[in-house]
Amino acid sequence: MTWRSPLALLRDALRGQRAREKELRNLVSNLPYEGLEKGKQPNRHFPGNAIKTTKYTLLLFIPMNLFEQFHRLANIYFVGLAILNFVPVVNAFQPEVALIPICIIMALTALKDAWEDFRRYQSDRKLNNTPCLIYSRKEKQFMERRWKDVRVGDFVKVFCNEIVPADLLLLHTSDPNGVCHIETANLDGETNLKQRRAMSGLCISDPEFKPESFDSLVVCERPNNNLNHFKCYAEKPDKEKVGAGIESLLLRGCTVRNTDTAVGFVVYAGHETKSMLNNNGPRYKRSKLERKLNIDVIFCVILLFAMCLVGSLGHFVWLQKQPGVPPYLVADSNGHLDSPGLSAFYMFFTMIILLQVLIPISLYVSIELVKIGQIFFIANDIDLYDEETDSRVQCKALNITEDLGQIEYIFSDKTGTLTENKMVFRRCSIMGTEYAHKENGNPLHCAILFKQNELMQHLSLLFIVILHVFIYMHIQPAPVAVLILDYNPPDTLPNLAKMSGSLRRFITSWQRKPKRNRIFSEDSVIEEDHFNPPVKTEGSGAISGLQTCSLHAPSQDGKPATTSDNLSYEAESPDEAALVYAAKAYGFTLMGRTPNSVTVSLPSGKELVFEVLDTLAFDSVRKRMSILVRHPITKEYVLYSKGADYAIMELLEHLCGKQKSIAADTQRHLDCYAREGLRTLCFTKKVVSEKEYESWSVNRQRALAAMENREELTMDTAVQLETNLSLLGATGIEDRLQEGVPDTIVALREAGIQVWVLTGDKPETAVNIGYACRLLEEEDLVINMSCKNTLACTSILDCALEEVRRYSNDPRNVDTTPDISLVIDGRTLTMALSSDLQERFVDLAKHCRTVLCCRVTPLQKSRVVKVVREKLKVMTLAIGDGANDVNMIQAADIGIGISGQEGMQAVMASDFAISHFKHLKKLLLVHGHWCYTRLANMIIYFFYKNVAYVNLLFWYQFFCGFSGTAMIDYWLMIFFNLFFTSVPPIMFGIMDKDISAEMLLGVPELYRMGQGEYNFKTFWISMLDAFYQSLVCFFIPYIAYRDSDIDVFTFGTPLNTISLFTILLHLSIEIKAWTVVHWVIILGSVAIFFIVTLAYSGTCITCNPPSNPYWILQTQMADPMFYLICVITTVVALLGPRMTEGTKKQQHLRKNHFTPGIKSN
Amino acid sequence: MVKQEQEIASRPDNTAFTQQRLPAWQPMLSAGIVIPGFVLIGLAFIGIGVALFVTSQSITVMELDYTGVERTSPCFRCSDPNVKNCVCQLDFSIASLFKGPVFFYYGLTNYFQNYRRYGVSKDDDQLSGDLDSFTSPSDTCSPYEYDSNNKPIVPCGSVANSMFNDTFKLYQIVNGTKKQVPFDGKGIAWWTDYNVKYRNPSVTPLRDAFNGTVKPLFWPRPAYELDPSDPANNGFINQDFLVWMRRAALPDFRKLYRRITEGDYAQGLPAGNYSLEIAYNYPVLSFDGRKKVVLSNVSWMGGKNEFLGIAYLVIGSLCIVMSIIMLIVYAKFKFPEEE
Repeated sequence: MTWRSPLALLRDALRGQRAREKELRNLVSNLPYEGLEKGKQPNRHFPGNAIKTTKYTLLLFIPMNLFEQFHRLANIYFVGLAILNFVPVVNAFQPEVALIPICIIMALTALKDAWEDFRRYQSDRKLNNTPCLIYSRKEKQFMERRWKDVRVGDFVKVFCNEIVPADLLLLHTSDPNGVCHIETANLDGETNLKQRRAMSGLCISDPEFKPESFDSLVVCERPNNNLNHFKCYAEKPDKEKVGAGIESLLLRGCTVRNTDTAVGFVVYAGHETKSMLNNNGPRYKRSKLERKLNIDVIFCVILLFAMCLVGSLGHFVWLQKQPGVPPYLVADSNGHLDSPGLSAFYMFFTMIILLQVLIPISLYVSIELVKIGQIFFIANDIDLYDEETDSRVQCKALNITEDLGQIEYIFSDKTGTLTENKMVFRRCSIMGTEYAHKENGNPLHCAILFKQNELMQHLSLLFIVILHVFIYMHIQPAPVAVLILDYNPPDTLPNLAKMSGSLRRFITSWQRKPKRNRIFSEDSVIEEDHFNPPVKTEGSGAISGLQTCSLHAPSQDGKPATTSDNLSYEAESPDEAALVYAAKAYGFTLMGRTPNSVTVSLPSGKELVFEVLDTLAFDSVRKRMSILVRHPITKEYVLYSKGADYAIMELLEHLCGKQKSIAADTQRHLDCYAREGLRTLCFTKKVVSEKEYESWSVNRQRALAAMENREELTMDTAVQLETNLSLLGATGIEDRLQEGVPDTIVALREAGIQVWVLTGDKPETAVNIGYACRLLEEEDLVINMSCKNTLACTSILDCALEEVRRYSNDPRNVDTTPDISLVIDGRTLTMALSSDLQERFVDLAKHCRTVLCCRVTPLQKSRVVKVVREKLKVMTLAIGDGANDVNMIQAADIGIGISGQEGMQAVMASDFAISHFKHLKKLLLVHGHWCYTRLANMIIYFFYKNVAYVNLLFWYQFFCGFSGTAMIDYWLMIFFNLFFTSVPPIMFGIMDKDISAEMLLGVPELYRMGQGEYNFKTFWISMLDAFYQSLVCFFIPYIAYRDSDIDVFTFGTPLNTISLFTILLHLSIEIKAWTVVHWVIILGSVAIFFIVTLAYSGTCITCNPPSNPYWILQTQMADPMFYLICVITTVVALLGPRMTEGTKKQQHLRKNHFTPGIKSN
Repeated sequence: MVKQEQEIASRPDNTAFTQQRLPAWQPMLSAGIVIPGFVLIGLAFIGIGVALFVTSQSITVMELDYTGVERTSPCFRCSDPNVKNCVCQLDFSIASLFKGPVFFYYGLTNYFQNYRRYGVSKDDDQLSGDLDSFTSPSDTCSPYEYDSNNKPIVPCGSVANSMFNDTFKLYQIVNGTKKQVPFDGKGIAWWTDYNVKYRNPSVTPLRDAFNGTVKPLFWPRPAYELDPSDPANNGFINQDFLVWMRRAALPDFRKLYRRITEGDYAQGLPAGNYSLEIAYNYPVLSFDGRKKVVLSNVSWMGGKNEFLGIAYLVIGSLCIVMSIIMLIVYAKFKFPEEE
């Protein structure tokens, strides 16, 4: 490397900074510059592909980690005290020793951090050294390099099943259509395939791809973390611009599937890739208990200051009372004594150092350890394991386990959460006539794989075509033949006469069972199943390609006819899959789907190929989607649309006569479906004239090419075309309730939790599901709120409130009034949540047993959660499975994702992920209760323990002139907190079982009862308890040893021992169920106390000046008085409040006929 | 098959531990356990209490205050801090045999040997015979580290400096003549202090080790001349020094001075008149303290201690009373409920 002036380097660095900050980046190929020094590389300003996710470096670990740790206030406090101890006038202990506890605590934390960081380092190194292929101009071929060698501007080749090393602009694939499939499981957890398309025409790719020919300038936006958005264009030397979006970008971390090779141009590398920008690490939520805990820590600080003030004043008074200069007062080196006032001032700080343990130093570390243990047990619960998907419950947020025991409101999504989201086609209405479809055959649901992929939108549109064909080929004959003779089908296909076998069967069976009017025969479907036993396709690459898109499957297999039954489909929404499978069950099989065509096999075996002219994708504003196809036989341009009923009905062509009655009938059927809890879709068609199409097409192209407002423009063109539709029919799809949902909801409600359902469905569907899952009961009073303007909304709210208040205030109605439930739709909800009506709405909702919000958008969902959470000050839990629940999951105190059918976004955003709604019952009622009571009891115990111990020192101050003397050797004091009494509370916090799991599940009311475990009362009671016990533990030995020749540490040893026994036995009384682990740890702690203390006082002769514990415990243990004092003191300390409290609890439990968990084994 | 293995892969272990189903024992405090338990504890405590109380009663203690602040006191003359080398005599009589072995203590009240700065003011290395610490004592000893001539003080520090220096002689008055009661000064300190913790430097004669050092300011004699009668009882292993260095835990304390185990007094002090001769040196007026001499015999439980026996008796009785109350409550409320 040649020498360059610092100025040039600086200038270059500045230029690089500017290049990185710019909104648009200009990238060119690296190939012409290959082999040149770094300063001449055009893309040198952009970071390389090597990543570093470690927080620390080897050299800077200690300072950086210390800096991190000092963000925690408690650490600063303890270090501050330790430093204070170095000030000679105030020190209470040997200065070095005072540093030990905080050093141990911080060293432990540092060790944990170092280990985590090392793991990150290893994985980084592994990733950085992963091999990949980079094109080299010199070698004229792709050379094997490492990921870290990839630079912006390189050409990288990726093979099938390889992981993409950087964000690549796709230029070439082995697929003739220029398509490449990627799996983004590493990024968002979705396992379905997404389609990417190569940018064409940028370099010569015939017969072989030649990166050298790439001479365009790639202009792309600044790196951002949006995985679904990317904007760039390539400018060819002739100034022609070719645009590209996310559909041409291979993201780092994705896996290439079903494509032999893909070659891309690196646009972002390393930390600028979208996947790295998305890598935010775990989220930090603070639990309610932790917030309360901090208040109690502040109380402890106040207590500490009060005690120190007492000590300081006591010292002042004591000094004042001295008539002369006693021999035990030590002057400073000049032989000069401080004035009492100054001494008292110093003494205040000495006292703080002496009594610092009042604020539990190891509490925070212990809480973290306890939470790790609790999460271990939650994740290992076999009852929360789902065999089918092989998934355990996932705990993503590590520090809010105890909040699971505090939930007061649950907000649930409906689809996929309460229901299975395995759609089954049940009924349809065609041209105003209603048909039912009995339970589908197995192949329909068993093979449906629910995946999400925006590329699937093309596919999903196909279903419209399929459904249309299905309707026409299948059902029309039925009315024609049997019922509606005057019906004149508007769109008869020429091959209609060639009826399929199944259709014939249908007719015959229909005739056989005349009573079961308008029911598709079960037999027909089952018969088919017999003929073609379902085969689940899985495994081989070729078939998985077929699965995902069913694009190439038949052709790749080479024998399309025979494999038609092996087809399985993936759809963006399960409804669509249900429709395709239903169609298949009747013999209309979707055989292939390419971006430009749809191949359908008819029952006759004939295949129809529709040419797809355009697709108008779904959006939440239009709430419908359409596909424009060219009919293979009639050559007409036909627009098929499908969507929510209200989104379709208003677009129907001018209704007259028959059309009007069809619309009315269909609407009636739709209402009927909704009442049955079915999901409804409406289908329309529209024949577009060629001229109309041509002119529209121009608009469309212009909209698609627009650089700005592209979304709005394309939407406008879609709206333009979707007019004057003619109604074909509607479908009703059943979404079955998940197993155990009603049971779970009843249990949660008994536990005092309010369950709300927020759904995008229609009110009728929602209410129906509400009844089905026992959210609503038959005798409930259901208030239905649906109004069009704010005024109406206000009056309805007022009325309802009035009524509700009248009900609840009437004492006679306490038992007899029905529970009140509220059903509210999205529009009304918006008004009700507006700031002026919010209060009233929340007030009303408070009186309701349940609230169903229908037709709500994701944003509204999160708003409801936020309003309830903030106004009612309650703990909320949101549970959902789809992308539309993400907002709500993040807004609630606890977000739970259901790893179900609708992708993984909800799971990714959640704090806990479960596989079924019913798991919520055990998660909350058992684990929630346990985690909360365990942690609450442990925290209270921790405060108690430290206060009880530290107070011994405090009482001693009254007998040593408030001089800050500790009668216990300082090392032993440290050991006491760090070793002798630290493990039992942690074990207690992880393993205690106050009530057995069976009991908690059987008596959900216990959940509510357990919620108040940790409050000011319990905190102060335990504080009083600690004061009482410390008084006993100090004064009984004090009186026993008064007027004797006992020395300082010999006096302290029994105190220490008594304290240990009292503290451990106190815990033993708290422990509700003793397992082997409990015994081992409690007895082990006692054993360690004696072993360590004996060893220490047996070996330390002058090791710890000036205090000197040599042979003291040994001497004491040879004295019977030691044991007698220990026994009586411990008994008196534990008798009294503990015993009476214990018996009270027992009586209370017995009164309520709860015998807590006797049968726990 | 691969699929199958994967399915098992994330299935949690179904063990008693991971499923939190370890066999557990629940301490159920039912009346059937609590009442007999209380009775048993009560009886045991009462038994211990009686034993302690009886033992304590058998111990005789005699306290003789010789502070001399009252004008009537024979030591009043000596309590003036300006009077040096004052000897006073305290007469007392014993009515019946004071059973031996009799322990002779001196006691101080309001003396805070546990004062923190006082307690740390010593040099353990020096006291364990480390000659380096003789020349440069630890700065914890300040201000009793060096004297005004900057010579190191050995033993340094406040504790050693303030060593109690009254001495006692006890005479029995037999037919008008004084008969000295022999004192046993051996083994009054802790064995470990004498043998392990405190060591004289291995220099003979001991005096040489103290070359270049000065005695503590308050001391009349240097450390190597603490006991002129017994050369082995000098330096840091002098018994009185060891006793003093073991700091009292509480401000009112006594420390063992001598034992009376020899000669005619092996069985104890016979009834009669006694005279205590006190070389009064130690000033106590500066802290309102009192000085006393305590004669006591000991038992297995140490000195006289009535409190512990009474405490055991009270708690034991309480347990019995509680069990009776519980029995009544149980009989009254529990039986009909169970039927």
